[in-house]
Amino acid sequence: MAKVFIYPSTSLILSDLVARYGHTPLSSAVAIRERIQTAGFESPPLQITPEEPKKGLKWAAVEVPSGVRGRMALYGPMIGECEAAIIINDADLAFGCMGCARTNELITFLVRQKDIPKLDLYYPKNEEEGVKFVAAIKRFLTGLGEGK
Amino acid sequence: MTDYKPALVGSVTKYVVVESFDVTPADLAARAYEISKGAMIKETCFGLVINGKEDEVDRIIAELRKIDPDHIFIKDRGFPPGDSRRCRANLGGARPGYHGMEYEMTVIPYVSHGLEVLKNNDGTRIAAPENPLMRRILDISRLKKIIDTEEP
Repeated sequence: MAKVFIYPSTSLILSDLVARYGHTPLSSAVAIRERIQTAGFESPPLQITPEEPKKGLKWAAVEVPSGVRGRMALYGPMIGECEAAIIINDADLAFGCMGCARTNELITFLVRQKDIPKLDLYYPKNEEEGVKFVAAIKRFLTGLGEGK
Repeated sequence: MTDYKPALVGSVTKYVVVESFDVTPADLAARAYEISKGAMIKETCFGLVINGKEDEVDRIIAELRKIDPDHIFIKDRGFPPGDSRRCRANLGGARPGYHGMEYEMTVIPYVSHGLEVLKNNDGTRIAAPENPLMRRILDISRLKKIIDTEEP
């Protein structure tokens, strides 16, 4: 069972397909859950404390906005531990302010730099593309071994 | 600064999203309540939110998937159901994160179709989808369209 980083990391489709074919999806919900369930200082809504931008220094320089570094404290460890990655390009839902947009760019850059199996896709736009989309993911995940 | 005392520590929360002609969230909720042993189940417009111990949640989900495997999708959630930081009842608008799910709901029918086709097919003979990393050549018809839309 491999740990597969998914991008967009909130993707329902990728999260489901990775788990369906027997692997572990690394999504943002898991990182958020860790923080939500850890006691400390109250910092709503996501329990991102001032410590997070400091941790983010591992992946982004000090002059990079704290929003990017804080987000990288969530995604950086997942990129570090992932053994494979599936990236959906030009996803309509993966947009946002400068913090989100720049973090997204940094995430895809770091994943592409890593020497792991990667699958790049677009969201399907019709049923024919849907079949190709699922087939590509199935082949990729089965190729990782120990999948279903 | 105020101390933060987390609730439901050690539990997991998962979304069960249904996009089916045959199964409704109410059907899933009824089945989930039947088989649940202490998990918290919330019915929503798109499916269910289930919170509980990981083994119990996984067991319920495995049973629910059997109802319509190609049209039921699961994903993790960071917050427990009804959390005031995320629930729309407190925020006065759609839950943050719902918009992403709403977009993917438009794509899910194609993915469901793909899952149906691949149920009895290993997918080795199906062509690969377009590779986003390949340099895309400007299609001649698209070029003509751009030229035609250019105002004199």
